[in-house]
Amino acid sequence: MNDNTEIKNPLAGVLRTERMPHIWCPGCGIGSVVTCFAEATKRSNIDPDKLAVVSGIGCSGRMAGYVNFDSIHSTHGRAIPVATGLKLANPKLKVVVFSGDGDLTGIGGNHFIHAARRNMDLVVICVNNFTYGMTGGQVTPTTPSSANASTTPYGNYEYPFSLPFLADAAGATYVARWTSLHSRNITQSIEEALQRRGFSFIEVITPCTTLYLRRNRLGDGVDTLQYYQNNAVIKHGIDTRETAIGFQGQIVVGKFVDRPKPDYLESATRCNVKFIGDDYQLYGKTEPEKQAEEEAKKAASGGESAV
Amino acid sequence: MNIVTADPKGVDAGPHFMDGDHAIAEGALAAGCRFFAGYPITPSTETAERFAERAPEVGALFIQMEDEIASIAALIGGAWGGQKVMTVTSGPGFSLMMENIGLAVMTETPMVIANVQRGGPSTGLPTLTAQQDMLQVRFGSHGDYNIIALSPDSPQECFDLTIEAFNLSEFYRVPVFIMTDETVGHMHEKVVIPPADQIKVVERNLYKGPKEDFRPYGFDSQGGHPMTRAGDGYRFHITGLTHNERGYPVMTPEQNQIVLTHLIEKINGNADKIIRLEEDQVEGAEVVVLSYGITSRIAVRAVQEARKKGLKVGSLRLITVWPFCEQRIRDLSQKVKAIVVPEINYGQMVREVERSAAGRCQVVSVNHCGGAVHDPLVILKAIEEACR
Ligand SMILES: Cc1ncc(C[n+]2csc(CCOP(=O)(O)OP(=O)(O)O)c2C)c(N)n1
Ligand code: SF4
Ligand SMILES: [Mg+2]
Repeated sequence: MNDNTEIKNPLAGVLRTERMPHIWCPGCGIGSVVTCFAEATKRSNIDPDKLAVVSGIGCSGRMAGYVNFDSIHSTHGRAIPVATGLKLANPKLKVVVFSGDGDLTGIGGNHFIHAARRNMDLVVICVNNFTYGMTGGQVTPTTPSSANASTTPYGNYEYPFSLPFLADAAGATYVARWTSLHSRNITQSIEEALQRRGFSFIEVITPCTTLYLRRNRLGDGVDTLQYYQNNAVIKHGIDTRETAIGFQGQIVVGKFVDRPKPDYLESATRCNVKFIGDDYQLYGKTEPEKQAEEEAKKAASGGESAV
Repeated sequence: MNIVTADPKGVDAGPHFMDGDHAIAEGALAAGCRFFAGYPITPSTETAERFAERAPEVGALFIQMEDEIASIAALIGGAWGGQKVMTVTSGPGFSLMMENIGLAVMTETPMVIANVQRGGPSTGLPTLTAQQDMLQVRFGSHGDYNIIALSPDSPQECFDLTIEAFNLSEFYRVPVFIMTDETVGHMHEKVVIPPADQIKVVERNLYKGPKEDFRPYGFDSQGGHPMTRAGDGYRFHITGLTHNERGYPVMTPEQNQIVLTHLIEKINGNADKIIRLEEDQVEGAEVVVLSYGITSRIAVRAVQEARKKGLKVGSLRLITVWPFCEQRIRDLSQKVKAIVVPEINYGQMVREVERSAAGRCQVVSVNHCGGAVHDPLVILKAIEEACR
């Protein structure tokens, strides 16, 4: 064997390979979404140094620790406000939030709707496994009615959120949903989201093999992919009110919303320019900008003296 | 420590007539704070309002978040995004911030949080003064940790100590608290803002070395460890989990011992450098009145009256409330008959005084349940009784 033919993870560079193996169970859907994300970052031509990832707490929330970008593993539910601070403090960054359904829409639900309302320039990827995986399979705001969870041992009698509808109603300007079976579509949606500005929300329905599937006697990961295969219906642009998911029912997937609208910082800048004037500049000039300016000045004055 | 003079953009030099809340906002801008995330709550709102008004002309950003949890979470993001950050609140909002104060401590994220205290518990006395969060600031988040807290007694000191809070926070990479109160927050007095070249500001120590050597943490029980910001190419990882110097989770008892010792000792071990006290006629005193914040200004009157009556009374004002001046109290307790501790709470910092005095002198709590300042005569009476 040639010494140069080293087997390399094709996503090395994007993933922190030194941190492998990861903590996720065999058959868990989180890993597939991470792979799609990694692939999308490569394809999008985004400068990896300007990409940051923020997660909350949960199995999905561990993602921030495995990607080779500036990354923050924050507290349960607070990934979005942490990401908001990161983005606003350093507007050149592209900030991605990667977390679970419980994290983003249960404990963090308030932040979710407000970031959408502000059209904050964030890419929010929600791994929706219908359960609190990390804590052992409790009911979440997205658990379908009648599904069994450890805290609804006789079946869930609450009404779940449909996350695309929630995001849309709150003001998100890009909304898509896929299942973990749709890896090419997930990758494409993430790529699109990385290249646009504003609040982009991508929900991925994924299997939690260890808890949700087992407790509901739904077989293993392969059975779930079969279920997705048979029940996912692509309906691009459909009214998000039509995206509710019943227990083992149809899953409407696709890109539902993609509308242009100034994001938070654009709106803030417009408003401030109106009142402060054209020389308004958030955070003033950065050091390299100042240096470049000075060099340009020097070059200009040098040119003059030569004449 | 990288000390520079203040960026003139944020310094509104000259004499002003303003309240403590406004002075905190001006102090923050002078210290180089350019990102403020907050949520309105009496009696702290004026700080947020002033920052919001001044932000565009200074090139800073103010955002009103959806609650105080979001505000402090945004500060953590903002600090790792490269800005100096602050927020302001009062009791109920302070309680909401507790979990993420822990995250800031654990990730060694510099930030300044001002608590303009009002009477509690719960909604309590929303518009009236108190000093009831003095233990919450030190112990309110879960787990063991350490922080720095300062207590201004005037609008001028609100300005000065906010700058100091930023400087300490940058060096020790720890949340630093301005524990003021409704009275100081809403009291209008002369505040002199010095010209920018007379204001010393500690700049963030940004790592500039080779990428492979970058470590977001150094567990050496000292301040000054370099940090980075997102976008500079160092690809940092930070987590609230117990971690190694690279920032990666290592969840073992041994590692928690290392991390916790560092977090606590970087403050305790440097307490003598951090602590600032103001003493008046403490040497040779029979009784010392220990106070902080607005209560110090009331205590002055009681001390003056007592001296007029020929009593040997000294006064000690805590400018730094945490870390507590344990050593000073230990020394004093061997020399004085009693330490009198008036505070607008049911007896909070007095516990620290008792612990440090350890029975070597009498410790007298002069408590007040909030809503107003003490009647100086009550403090005077306590001094007189202690001298007997
Ligand atoms: C404030 C707080 N409350 C509760 C928890 C416990 N907790 C950790 S993860 C989690 C649920 C995570 O569920 P989800 O976001 O759906 O992620 P998953 O594990 O399913 O990927 C909970 C409740 C916590 N860490 N912090
Ligand atoms: S518990 Fe469920 S969500 Fe968590 S790693 Fe295992 S399969 Fe995935
Ligand atoms: Mg989940």
